[in-house]
Amino acid sequence: MADLTTNFLGIQSPNPFWLASAPPTDKAYNVERAFEAGWGGVVWKTLGVNPPVVNVNGPRYSSKLSNERRVIGFNNIELISDRSFETNIREIEQVKKNWPDRVIIGSAMFPMEEKYWLELIPEMEKAGVDGFELNFGCPHGMSERGMGSAVGQVPEYVRLCTEFCKKATSLPVIVKLTPNVTNVVPIAEAALEGKADAVSLINTINSIMGVDLDTFNMYPNTGGMGSHGGYCGEAVKPIALNMVAEIARNKKTSGLPISGIGGISSWKDAVEFITLGSTTVQVCTAAMVYGFRIVDELKSGLSGFLDEKGIASVNDLVGRAVPSVTDWKNLNLNHIDKAVIDQDACIKCGRCHIACEDTSHQAITKEKDGVRFFEVIEEECVGCNLCVSVCPVENCITMVAQTEGVDLRTGKPIVNTHSDWTTHPNNPAKVS
Amino acid sequence: MRTNDNVVIHPQSDSTLSAKQLEDNFADIHPPLTDTTVGIEADRCYYCYDAPCTAACPTSIDIPLFIRQIYTKDTSGAAKTILDSNIMGGMCARVCPTENLCEGDCVRNTHEDKPVAIGLLQRYATDSVQSTGKQLFERQADTGKKIAVVGAGPAGMACAHQLSMLGNSVTVFEDKNKAGGLNEYGIAAYKTVDDFAQKEIQYIMDLGGIEIKTGMALGRDLTLGNLQKDFDAVFLAVGLAGVRALDLENECADGIQDAVDYISVLRQSDDLKNLSVGDNVVVIGGGMTAIDIAVQSKRLGAKRVAIIYRRGPDEMGASDVERKFAQTNGVDIHFWSKISQIVTNNNAVSEIVIEETKLAEGELKGTGKMHTMQTDSLFKAVGQLLDNEVDGINQLQCDRAKIVVDINRRTSSEGVWAGGDCIDNGYDLVVAAVEDGKIAARDIHQSING
Repeated sequence: MADLTTNFLGIQSPNPFWLASAPPTDKAYNVERAFEAGWGGVVWKTLGVNPPVVNVNGPRYSSKLSNERRVIGFNNIELISDRSFETNIREIEQVKKNWPDRVIIGSAMFPMEEKYWLELIPEMEKAGVDGFELNFGCPHGMSERGMGSAVGQVPEYVRLCTEFCKKATSLPVIVKLTPNVTNVVPIAEAALEGKADAVSLINTINSIMGVDLDTFNMYPNTGGMGSHGGYCGEAVKPIALNMVAEIARNKKTSGLPISGIGGISSWKDAVEFITLGSTTVQVCTAAMVYGFRIVDELKSGLSGFLDEKGIASVNDLVGRAVPSVTDWKNLNLNHIDKAVIDQDACIKCGRCHIACEDTSHQAITKEKDGVRFFEVIEEECVGCNLCVSVCPVENCITMVAQTEGVDLRTGKPIVNTHSDWTTHPNNPAKVS
Repeated sequence: MRTNDNVVIHPQSDSTLSAKQLEDNFADIHPPLTDTTVGIEADRCYYCYDAPCTAACPTSIDIPLFIRQIYTKDTSGAAKTILDSNIMGGMCARVCPTENLCEGDCVRNTHEDKPVAIGLLQRYATDSVQSTGKQLFERQADTGKKIAVVGAGPAGMACAHQLSMLGNSVTVFEDKNKAGGLNEYGIAAYKTVDDFAQKEIQYIMDLGGIEIKTGMALGRDLTLGNLQKDFDAVFLAVGLAGVRALDLENECADGIQDAVDYISVLRQSDDLKNLSVGDNVVVIGGGMTAIDIAVQSKRLGAKRVAIIYRRGPDEMGASDVERKFAQTNGVDIHFWSKISQIVTNNNAVSEIVIEETKLAEGELKGTGKMHTMQTDSLFKAVGQLLDNEVDGINQLQCDRAKIVVDINRRTSSEGVWAGGDCIDNGYDLVVAAVEDGKIAARDIHQSING
């Protein structure tokens, strides 16, 4: 049985699965239930200054559903904790006493003035939190008041606020990043400059879920008027993975510990985040859709995976895939893949053909001897993977690397040496 | 897929079925998809390129397109896609042997052995339009041309609809009291409940430009010659009015009747409790009509129903699904058996003698092995015939008791087209009849409007 315990910034957690700062960690009742279910830790719903914020009394959530009504994407306009600072502190203290082996991270969002941080962070520390997460990500409501993503979008503000917090505590400080920026790396660098111990990402993405086609009102809306929310859930995972990897492979920030967030709904998702540089992962939407019990699947799947791969602990998995991420210019232009269709598995739906024929390289047949037959024309195939992407049958079409002979498309011999854009003759800025 | 679970197929020996039991037994056998299940089912369609399901449909409905329209909640667009190709798409969704047509060729059969429920999806789309009565079609400018259609069945009405859309005026002559043909008189009741055949006719009539004259039969009230004189073109969709005989002694004894006649009575009955049903029912034949009469007899309360078919299951005209449907409804199918004698008592059938058959050098032969079967009700379902004694039809070139037509459904006589069961279109199906009507209409229109 693999070891799921993790050490993140010196904080021990029985497993790497934490609940993100969000409605599931709003109060003692929820967090107690989460710990009973087996979650390794929680980032308590973000605390703000008194008086507490107020929420709308209409829809806070909305979802992008499949036709089978499975939640693919999720959006919310809920603000930070709408309960008083003291109530939260009292509950944190009690829950931490009840569950000393579990992690409670205190999430904070205060105005950009030092006095608030110096006053309130020590209060939270006294309540027994294991560390802090600074919410510089919330993209709705709070950002209009100069907090949340309004801070997270400006590197200088991020550095400044991180410094305020670090001044107020000796506990680890995690800076939570917003994806609503063109490049997340400078923000992570600013957090590091402010002496952040780690970053967590991503927070939610600005979003409107749709429009009611009868009323022409955007939704979700509050009595007809709506405001953008934050998008999360399975649909955002690829965006989150990229941002995690960008930070993990960036020279300045490589080695900065990461808590990965964004659409994690299975153990596989968690493994992907961990191999791209996260040490722990945070989950919200999957729990909001299915309940806290999903942690059973997460733990069992991760443990089984580690056993199968012969990897002793989660820490040994961290960052394993980071070296595979590079700039486009470094990709090997001598490498040649061709699609191969397994005729025994092919159900003859023709989707590969029409996709390739209409929108790609006209490299898949539609018939042979007058009957439906879908086969790759090697002379035309550029190895683009479109057919694999649209085929409804798993493993029916695979990309096979060509290692010898001649590429039938170009007529050129296949070589096993590396050659990339940096030295390509067509590159005006090539390295000679 | 929901099915009707309340069916009573084994009544107590000396009781008849209650009104409630009869109602359950003749309720819709394939209840429609719900708004929830339709989304899930539509999501299963792979939207194949040059889709095999469409190729398998005699009317070439663009099935992937209409399913995608359902998926995107453009139900009315889906109905238009279906009805553009097949104006009787609602009835076909109910009665097509989809397992041999669209669903039989669905690529999901290869993938997971369970095709997309195309028939039920088609029904969902067409029913949604039918229930609101929303007219999806409009007539083109009046051409001033008049066409006579003989027979208000699927071929005739499909032809009339297409011709009217193209701007022509159509008069449909129908022998029976109601339009619809076999949709109204010949299909098992539980396949088309709630007077659906008439609703479909009404939808076609709502387009305008079509007049139906009932009680008018070719050879009795009309002659082909006069129709040719009075109209710019004639479309014959007279079906098969004759019924094949068994050619046995006592064939006219009491208790013996043509299956199609009884089904017609059943379909027109206001109260199924008033119908008499035998205790020991025997059906001769192996097609859809044989299955329909056998199952309906069982569901009416017959104690024992047997089908006698001279060949094996693979040769049956009825599809596998139909055959299994009969068997699970308690119908006993005797393969490789033929009726060789009808025994009567007081001029009523009391027993039949059955001879086993076998194939010998490709020919079907009796084996000489005989047994008897107690019988008080015998249905003949050995096929229908073109009544080519009728004046008008006997002037046309016929082959194996069907009117000969070309690819555009033109007969040997100038200005006369034909379609449906009275020609040999390769099927005995509503969907094929609709296609005949559609093709003939387009050719007629082009031909008379030059």
